[in-house]
Amino acid sequence: MSHTPFILAAYGVATLLLLWGALAPVLRARKLKSEIRARLERTGD
Amino acid sequence: MNPIMKFIHLMGSPPWFYQFSGRLIPWLWGLFVVLAACGLYLGLVKAPPDYLQGESARIMYIHVPSAWMSMMIYALMAVMGFVGLVWHVRIAEILAISSAPIGALFTAVALASGSLWGRPTWGTYWVWDARLTSELVLLFLYLGVIGLYSAFDEPRKAARAASLLALVGLVNLPIIHYSVTWWNTLHQGSSIGASGSSIHPSMLWPLLIMALATKFYYAANLLSRARIRLIEQDQRKNWVRELLQEGTA
Repeated sequence: MSHTPFILAAYGVATLLLLWGALAPVLRARKLKSEIRARLERTGD
Repeated sequence: MNPIMKFIHLMGSPPWFYQFSGRLIPWLWGLFVVLAACGLYLGLVKAPPDYLQGESARIMYIHVPSAWMSMMIYALMAVMGFVGLVWHVRIAEILAISSAPIGALFTAVALASGSLWGRPTWGTYWVWDARLTSELVLLFLYLGVIGLYSAFDEPRKAARAASLLALVGLVNLPIIHYSVTWWNTLHQGSSIGASGSSIHPSMLWPLLIMALATKFYYAANLLSRARIRLIEQDQRKNWVRELLQEGTA
């Protein structure tokens, strides 16, 4: 049995999950900051 | 005041924590990338295949560090939760709850990579073995902490409830660690312990480098998530308003 597909799948899954884990807060921060900026502009605070 | 106490006091100030962590995060990501690149090169290219398991043992370089991180993050989450519960330190509460998704990710990676290692080694992707089952329980505990936190509208109440659950779940950590000793498991016993390691240095070094890399991933990711929670909770406070108006956030 070739072990290569298992090794590639293990590293592929790990890369996808860890990449998603790293990008999720960046995207959330962008969205949150733009929401707060929009609210500040709207209310003139 | 000694420098350590001064640092702890400064960490309690949201604007200071936000600025300090913002400066630290790029360095932590940089160290993670460099160490992960070295560890993967040594593990996947330079290290020899295992004499018994062959090439599939290369999965160890992601599986073992992820499994270690899944337990370490849980322990840290419980400690930070305890600090938040006892001393009402908001940053500790934020760090505790921000740790949960990262811990869940590492647990998922450990379970998935372990399953993919199990197929060529044991002939099956999954068995209800004590080590595998207790690690799965750890994933459910992380999901429980995240779910419980999300169930409350008030973040401080949510953090207290989630911290309590995290503390109760601590009992699972020794079960995971000693499962291979207490029960007759299919999962192999520890190859690295207090008395040393039975792994050849050519395979041990990439493993240790990857273990170090995952620590930097956790630190960078934790601070990124904590900064968001801080802004989210303090969005009506002056320091966030000033930060966003200056455009330095």
